[in-house]
Amino acid sequence: MLTQALVLSAILFAVGTFGVLARRNAIIMFLCIELQLNAVNLALVAFSRAVGIDGQVFVFFVMTVAAAEAAVGLAIIISIFRHYETVNVDAFNLLKW
Amino acid sequence: MADILFFVFAAVSVGSAFGVVLARSPVGSLLSMVSTLASVAGIYILLEAHFLAAIQVMVYAGAIMVLFLFVIMLLNLGHDYQRDLKGWAASLILFGVTGAMAGVLATRIVGPGGAGELDALANATALDAELMEKGAVGIIAEPLFTRFVVPFEMVGILLLVAIVGALVLAKRRVS
Repeated sequence: MLTQALVLSAILFAVGTFGVLARRNAIIMFLCIELQLNAVNLALVAFSRAVGIDGQVFVFFVMTVAAAEAAVGLAIIISIFRHYETVNVDAFNLLKW
Repeated sequence: MADILFFVFAAVSVGSAFGVVLARSPVGSLLSMVSTLASVAGIYILLEAHFLAAIQVMVYAGAIMVLFLFVIMLLNLGHDYQRDLKGWAASLILFGVTGAMAGVLATRIVGPGGAGELDALANATALDAELMEKGAVGIIAEPLFTRFVVPFEMVGILLLVAIVGALVLAKRRVS
């Protein structure tokens, strides 16, 4: 089941990457980043069957950091929305040249 | 039985992952994400990571997704039914590139000398014995509070910083 789980993790990671690159809604891009983190978690859990329990401890840390990242990222999105009245990333062009 | 369950969960998770990317409304996207997270939790159970499966459902599918839902509702984005994918040509190119990435990863896993050749069974029996002895929580708690105690404390501080940062960023400016 190790191989199948790793392939599933690769597929989920690719789908998440596609979402980050192709969508314009900042919140959906955030969701797709969570999808990528989740794919990596799945790979770590699968490897922990072969290598040792440490993989599951790392997953615990990744989940905590993901929660912190979601809280701060969504706060940033709220504060940008106050300014631009949209969450479409094409509208955020202050740092573009 | 476990293999059949694995393929059911895998199919649901990949299908709803595409749902996250392709759904028109943000709320639909979010509900697909909850379904993905729940089926990945099922796969965690099949891989004998019971504590992580519980945490996945409670923290990820429960708390973090509700936070996303709050923000979508708060910003009133629930009525945004236009699909905001980039243009068709760009989307197709990106799909090809990410598909090629998945293909490369899969050949590295399945192919000769790949990660799939790791002998999972040699360690899995020892791990199962430890799991029976210490229980699903104890088996993670023991390394977490001994070898990983410094990262554990740092993660606690990180959460505190994130709470303060989120409050400062999202609060209305007082003039």
